[in-house]
Amino acid sequence: MVSGGVGEMEAKETGLSRDAADDGVGEARADTIISVRGLDFFYGPIQALFDVSLDIPRNLVTAFIGPSGCGKTTLLRCFNRMNDLNEEARLVRGTIMIGGVDIHDAAVDPIELRKRVGMVFQRSNPFPKSIYENVAYGLRVGGLRDKGALDEVVERSLRNAALWDEVRDRLGDSAMALSGGQQQRLCIARAIAVEPDIILMDEPCSGLDPIATMKVEELIHDLKRRYTIVIVTHNMQQASRCSDRTAFFYLGRLVELGETMRVFTNPAHKQTEDYITGRFG
Amino acid sequence: MRAIAMGRGASVRAGWRRAAEAAVVLALRGATYAILLAAGFVFADIVWKGAPVVLRPTPPFVNVGFLTQAPQTLHVFEDGAGREVRLGERDFREFQARSGRAVAARSFAHAGGGIMPCIVGTVLLTLGSIAIALVLGILCAIYLSEYSRQGPFIRVVRLAIVNLAGVPSIVFGLFGFALFVLFFGWNVSLLAGWCTLAAMVLPVIITACEESLRSVPAGFREGALALGATRWQAIWTNVLPHALPGMLTSSILGITRVAGETAPIMFTAAYVIRDDLPWQGLGNAGEFFFQGVMALPYHIYYLSSKVPPNEYTRDARYGTVFVFLALVFAITLMSILLRARMRRSRPW
Ligand SMILES: Nc1ncnc2c1ncn2[C@@H]1O[C@H](COP(=O)(O)OP(=O)(O)O)[C@@H](O)[C@H]1O
Ligand SMILES: [Mg+2]
Repeated sequence: MVSGGVGEMEAKETGLSRDAADDGVGEARADTIISVRGLDFFYGPIQALFDVSLDIPRNLVTAFIGPSGCGKTTLLRCFNRMNDLNEEARLVRGTIMIGGVDIHDAAVDPIELRKRVGMVFQRSNPFPKSIYENVAYGLRVGGLRDKGALDEVVERSLRNAALWDEVRDRLGDSAMALSGGQQQRLCIARAIAVEPDIILMDEPCSGLDPIATMKVEELIHDLKRRYTIVIVTHNMQQASRCSDRTAFFYLGRLVELGETMRVFTNPAHKQTEDYITGRFG
Repeated sequence: MRAIAMGRGASVRAGWRRAAEAAVVLALRGATYAILLAAGFVFADIVWKGAPVVLRPTPPFVNVGFLTQAPQTLHVFEDGAGREVRLGERDFREFQARSGRAVAARSFAHAGGGIMPCIVGTVLLTLGSIAIALVLGILCAIYLSEYSRQGPFIRVVRLAIVNLAGVPSIVFGLFGFALFVLFFGWNVSLLAGWCTLAAMVLPVIITACEESLRSVPAGFREGALALGATRWQAIWTNVLPHALPGMLTSSILGITRVAGETAPIMFTAAYVIRDDLPWQGLGNAGEFFFQGVMALPYHIYYLSSKVPPNEYTRDARYGTVFVFLALVFAITLMSILLRARMRRSRPW
């Protein structure tokens, strides 16, 4: 478990992160869906997250911002236990509750967790299958065989991902033939097909042109009525345009979390202000 | 004064450097040409002496008898007109029966007939052992690269694989003899040969399979897992289908190794002479696996070491080597073409 050395170091450095965490936790509402407490995360000997605590409310868009390497992806991948696959990765201390359940509890099956917590990756990764099969994939591995039910979910998911009109006539074509923006929306359709509660998006627009980015942002706006969305982004404008709450990370610590408007217009911390005004990062 | 002297010294040194450079280039080029010369000599000799045995200037352009008959004893005698006649065992008997008298002839074992059973045997040995090695190799590669956690045990396994690749083939032959032929009591048989050859190519196949698995983008696995697939579902539906073509094409190179080795089969699967083809004269289907077969490399070994070399036995030797080389070339060419095609058709 946690060694004495790390513990002492923590004690000395809590000043900053406690404040920041309190900001997030203090505003917590009754409908918190993800709740993180005191998370210390390591890759081998290197600590990537330091004592992170935050609450993410249901059916809102929360943006993670911060300079490259500050641990946004790492935290995101904790939520669906994707880090389990990395041999180096170690969650040393802290808890993550999703919907009131500790996701590292022995009774929690990561497979079931990942059905409830969908993920859209930074590099769009459609499978080299047909458009239809891409969207149906999660249901098929979940054991659904009924063709009618599959058809229905595929259509609904593509409609909800604002892709239906563009692909309705060529569902059997390879997904690799779609444009970059369409591929990313396909990945979103694929994620919502399994009816998750939460969708994690890791810089979903980083490879897209401005028009494709705009479409994905509109989509995020539509989706938040039904899903809780956590989006990592490098793009300040994107965070301010499409998120309700923003968390700023720096060097593995949560510096500030609050209403997006407030964080951007009146940041409580000097580091946040420097970052959003582009003075570093 | 001083400056000029230095300049002269420098230019002399530059001259030396140029000469040394030229000498190095010459040596390197010479070594390369030596390889070309050696390969050229070997191939020219085989084609020059082997092609006339196998190929014919008139339709059907191949020596059908050589490719479809079993090896026979060659009988050489002089006909009434004093011309030299060479006949295989069967034709010689017929000739004797027709002429109604005993013909005085010199006989050379294995120098007549053809090499059909050897071709069939080599093809069977190769297909079977590659099939076994592929199944084992794919399973092993999936475990190693998709499931296992890196640790001391896996390091030992990898070391074992590397070492297995370096074991001389005669050692595999003796291993197969001890384990499959004697201990399991399979005798000299196709099955013993398959297993021995499979053990020999396994390292090559595992390495090829792991490489193909690695070439499948991580996004295919993560994407599947993020949708609630189990690891095996992700591998089965999203990794294996894309890795399989690469596994198969890379494994073709293993085929040439399997087809070419003599040592592993000489104690485990190869017969010196067997007139029946593997599907002839079987009591039941099970016997198929427990019969020995003839094989091209072993036949060549036998012809070269046990049959006295002379102008009458030469054709059988060169013909066999020529067919063997052509077969290996064809397989290699196919693997190169398949690989190129696969690279082009890769969907990502
Ligand atoms: N798989 C990994 N193995 C080791 N270190 C990693 C790995 N992934 C990320 N890191 C390290 O963890 C830190 C946080 O990375 P990451 O979460 O990817 O940051 P961000 O997404 O904010 O750019 C970085 O210092 C990075 O080098
Ligand atoms: Mg990242």
